[in-house]
Amino acid sequence: MTRIELKVDGATVSDDVEPRMLLVQYLREKLGKTGTVIGCDTSNCGACTVHLDGRSVKSCNVLAVQADGAEVTTIEGLATDGELHPVQAAFHECHALQCGFCTPGMIMQSVDLLKDNPNPSEAEIRVGIEGNLCRCTGYHNIVKAVQTAAGQKTEA
Amino acid sequence: MIPTQFAYVAPTSVEEALAALAEHGDEAKILAGGQSLLPVLRMRLNAPEVVIDIGKIDSLREIRDEGDTISIGAMATYAQILGDAGIRDSLSLLHKAITEVADPQIRHRGTLGGALVHADPAGDCGAPTLALEADLVIQGPGGERTVAATEFFEDLFTTAVGEDEILTAIRFRKHDGWGSHYEKFVRVAHQWPIVSVAASVKVEGGTISEARLGLVNMGSTALRATATEQALVGQPATEDGVRAACDLAAEGTNPPSDLNGDAAYRSHLATVLTRRAVLKAAGSS
Repeated sequence: MTRIELKVDGATVSDDVEPRMLLVQYLREKLGKTGTVIGCDTSNCGACTVHLDGRSVKSCNVLAVQADGAEVTTIEGLATDGELHPVQAAFHECHALQCGFCTPGMIMQSVDLLKDNPNPSEAEIRVGIEGNLCRCTGYHNIVKAVQTAAGQKTEA
Repeated sequence: MIPTQFAYVAPTSVEEALAALAEHGDEAKILAGGQSLLPVLRMRLNAPEVVIDIGKIDSLREIRDEGDTISIGAMATYAQILGDAGIRDSLSLLHKAITEVADPQIRHRGTLGGALVHADPAGDCGAPTLALEADLVIQGPGGERTVAATEFFEDLFTTAVGEDEILTAIRFRKHDGWGSHYEKFVRVAHQWPIVSVAASVKVEGGTISEARLGLVNMGSTALRATATEQALVGQPATEDGVRAACDLAAEGTNPPSDLNGDAAYRSHLATVLTRRAVLKAAGSS
């Protein structure tokens, strides 16, 4: 067991973990943060995307021990005072999901994308979310949601 | 899936990491950014007894402008490299190839050094490293040694880095005045290339004076297309001018056959992609 201490969604947590424990397992099984989901388990789908020290990562592809001393934000830490984050609100507004399984990762990646590029073109959005797979929407309304969150006008 | 159990050490200096390697030998595996190693561990394709995480060795993340060269610490992430203006300007080929690596999340964690030591022949980084004629700095119990890129990739997933050694930096001579292009052929977004070509070309008065070409996924390692490099010298930088030279791109290669295409298809792709890469590189200089 290895002792780790990190900040998750604003709270400091500390635990003894097996070195082989993945960050996503730690978040879900130890902290009960099941908002972050496991999709493909092969680092392809991006459903488990969280922010590690402010940058998006696939939490199935990071060991919990590697996050020692770091700051993690999950989908559960995005809203403030019960108010949805603008990207969450835009996904709701634009109907950017059907089954919803990819949504936590898709939103976390979109937040990261807008941090780098606050006014992305449609092509830049599509490239920016290339590591996140959605099998329902065809990505159309997801792109619209990102545009809406960026304050851009979109076609109805 | 979950990896098999392993012990974990996280040294904070290269010396400590080398000591851990010396202690555990071939039972240990170095963890760099982990973006290739973790899938390998999860799928249990490898089951090391000890994982040595070098992510806490800050000195390995430095990118240094050394005048005629740029030294990239082995643990510099793709995102860090993409954000470096000196690399974008003076090593544009490397910059362009790295924009094509996987996806943003992987580029936040993955490292150039990790990718090169992993030595996947389908990885995007080997070809530009070969074409830019980088030197790889390796540290071991006996001190430091430097290996040319052409000597670094030995076989499938096998490099010149010994079991008791660590790659610490990759040193690139600046390629100011060279045109570059990375031409990647892929079936879906964020995947490994079926074939890609990294081209660095010098054009003087409309004529190609020098060319360096790296091929991805055309053999058990990244390769240089040396026959094409030589045949391009003295040719006009036009579609007709480079055609015959680029038709030699697959010479001396041994491309794999898989679900994405057989060897003959890859050989054909190599000639077409080389022509595109050379012309775009010539046009960008």
